[in-house]
Amino acid sequence: MPETVKQRPKYLNLVEIRLPLPGVTSIMHRISGGVLFLTLPILVYLFQLSLGTPQEFETLKAIVGNPIAKLILLALMWGFIHHFCMGIRILLIDVHHCVELQAARQSAMVVLCVSIPVTLILAVKLW
Amino acid sequence: MVKRIVVGAGYGLGDWLVQRVSALVMAVYSLILGGILLVCTPMTQHEWQSLMAGSCMRFLTLLFILSLCYHAWVGVRDIWMDYVNPIGVRLTLHSLTALSMIGCAGWATQIIWRL
Repeated sequence: MPETVKQRPKYLNLVEIRLPLPGVTSIMHRISGGVLFLTLPILVYLFQLSLGTPQEFETLKAIVGNPIAKLILLALMWGFIHHFCMGIRILLIDVHHCVELQAARQSAMVVLCVSIPVTLILAVKLW
Repeated sequence: MVKRIVVGAGYGLGDWLVQRVSALVMAVYSLILGGILLVCTPMTQHEWQSLMAGSCMRFLTLLFILSLCYHAWVGVRDIWMDYVNPIGVRLTLHSLTALSMIGCAGWATQIIWRL
């Protein structure tokens, strides 16, 4: 290892970091993925209730009917939809689409312009 | 280009590829299921159960479950590798992640298989 390691500044102050839009959507992709991972057991449990006895189905209805639970599920749905849209953007980048700076910014904008309205439509349908 | 000495170790290309393929499987499955739910709404529990019990749907759901668990394993492992440095903590988190994903895969598969 040559002794030429530069003293590079480290911008670790999260409050001062100004991420560009693709960076913001990217970290949201990671956060949504992590949250979906952590809540996976809950989602599998709800899936189990939905396919269980009629009694279990009633339990599921009661859980989903709770406003707070509904809000949490909606947040998870937003996470899923964002992760989905951002995933398609990443796949496009893998096949060399939207690689240029301008296109990358635009596609990040498209991700938000699709994921947020779709979530809102689902929210209206759920309520 | 990165110059590296080939020693036969994995460089993560396989996982990178699995991450993409599993993402595609899940995306297609979500679109199919979302489309069905959108068209056949509202659905009774009986209709929902017979939909999920169909052999074609069961096959697709199994693919979805396995894709999801492998995808989550690769993704969450990357998160640990980025933010957790102490080797002991990282190893513990990696193990817990892998084990919980294996457990979830078994659990979810059992839900659709007993229908």
